[in-house]
Amino acid sequence: MLSFLAARLGSAAVVLLGVTCLVFGLIHLVPGDPVEIMLGEAARAADREALRHALGLDRPLWSQLLTYLGGLMQGDLGESLYYRQPITEILLQRLPATVELALASLLVALVLALPLGTLAAMRKGSLWDHLAMGFSLAGVSIPNFWMGPLLILVFSLWLGWFPVSGREGTASLVLPALTLGTALAAILARMLRSALLEVLEEDYIRTARAKGLADIQVVARHAFRNAALPVITVLGLQLGTLLGGAVITETIFSWPGVGLLTLEAIQQRDYPLVQACVLLISFAYVAVNTATDLVYAWVDPRIRLEEEG
Amino acid sequence: MRHWPVAVLILWALMALVGPWLPLAPDAVHLEHILEGPGPGAWLGYDDLGRPVWDRLVYGARTSFLVGVWVVALSLVLGTVIGALSGYLGGRVDAMVVRIIDVFLAVPGILLAIALAGILGPGIENVVLALSAVGWVGYARLARAQVLSLKHRDHVLAAQALGAGTARIVGRHLLPLIAAPLIVEATFGIAGVVIAEASLSFLGLGVQPPAASWGSMIRDGTRYMLVAPHLVLAPGLAIAAVVLAVNLLGDRLRDRLDVRRG
Repeated sequence: MLSFLAARLGSAAVVLLGVTCLVFGLIHLVPGDPVEIMLGEAARAADREALRHALGLDRPLWSQLLTYLGGLMQGDLGESLYYRQPITEILLQRLPATVELALASLLVALVLALPLGTLAAMRKGSLWDHLAMGFSLAGVSIPNFWMGPLLILVFSLWLGWFPVSGREGTASLVLPALTLGTALAAILARMLRSALLEVLEEDYIRTARAKGLADIQVVARHAFRNAALPVITVLGLQLGTLLGGAVITETIFSWPGVGLLTLEAIQQRDYPLVQACVLLISFAYVAVNTATDLVYAWVDPRIRLEEEG
Repeated sequence: MRHWPVAVLILWALMALVGPWLPLAPDAVHLEHILEGPGPGAWLGYDDLGRPVWDRLVYGARTSFLVGVWVVALSLVLGTVIGALSGYLGGRVDAMVVRIIDVFLAVPGILLAIALAGILGPGIENVVLALSAVGWVGYARLARAQVLSLKHRDHVLAAQALGAGTARIVGRHLLPLIAAPLIVEATFGIAGVVIAEASLSFLGLGVQPPAASWGSMIRDGTRYMLVAPHLVLAPGLAIAAVVLAVNLLGDRLRDRLDVRRG
């Protein structure tokens, strides 16, 4: 297990380094001059040069990258051009809102997907199955930025149950979490159904049935645990979509998280902040997937043994 | 009923391709009709500037169709060439390509596209560029995996023995065999691109006004939801219909190809 752990953490570190270089490269190679934005068009050429030098923008790209990596190691992401404040502080301020939203969406997704997927698999071909899979297809096909406004229209404007936007109290969390969670629930329900269907064919399920266990016990005790592994993996992979989709959902609901911050930074042409936001979300994604892999390997010895051997 | 997905997609393509030759006026402002609901003059009503929603919907179809076709085509070609060559050549080249793919997969695609589109600036070309820069990775991974499983087949060996070059072997002897799964992937890919384009436009990073996109129509409509819900409903239904149709068609295509394989 230890060597598996080391190998997995090592490759995650390499990927993180690659991600940093990729995002850094893309943002610096694309046209656009941050100095002009900071000083405005009326600035004198000498002032521009001075600021460019102060920011280190006149040095070669690789040297800037090394400085950036060095800062990153110490948790220093530079300073925001717009807020004139250390980026790390801004991110720490916005992070709780996004984590809260992500966890709530995950909860919504699980609460919807577990019963739907299970029911669909247990009653394959029945009306329930068709309904659950219909929901799943609809969930995949309805984009966040339509789902959100529709929810606002029905639950905020017509019924007045929840606030339209903002982050004040639990009620304001409901609609964003539903928006983000249903799309994930759709994918998850479908995955769970197919994983369960596969498991339900196994011999040990027949044995469990033969010894007289009720349907629900067979599924809960025997099928669920075995079907859980592929579902957990998909969950980890889908988290990237969840975090990426947070930009849109947070914008719809003016939810003050990292996603909304990303969009604001783009509109303000605050390149260092855009870069930091993309990096933060990507790092979170890599961390979750590495953790998923480790949990997976810990639960199922076949995986770590295969990779080691 | 079974064929409605095909009908939806044909309608979508027709709207996109024939739209400019239809007697439509997507930018015509009728101040007397502002926010008017569906009626005899315009069956989908008018938007906040008094422009006919149906006419804008047709032009929005053009935006999403063109972006969808271009991005999928570019990503498919780029990804297949990189993935197939990498898998066939193996060695250091392959190891490097795999690393690059891993890095791209570690960044949520839509997030990277949003950042790229934001930095490149608005415009349909930049949307295509941003989405293709993210989109090629999936095809590259698939093409590489397929080539790895096929490159030791006898017919490839025979071609090598005959002295065929890399380009010929990959192009003539491997590509036809890996085409089927790539086409299925590309079909599903269209749905993803349609949503992604509309997402960028919804965030204000896609096509610029007065050009129409389903995403920007929804964005503009959300401000008048209480008085004119048709502004959000019409483009949303259009997106959902196209994406649902593509997904259903993709499912069928995949089932059919699996059956043939088994």
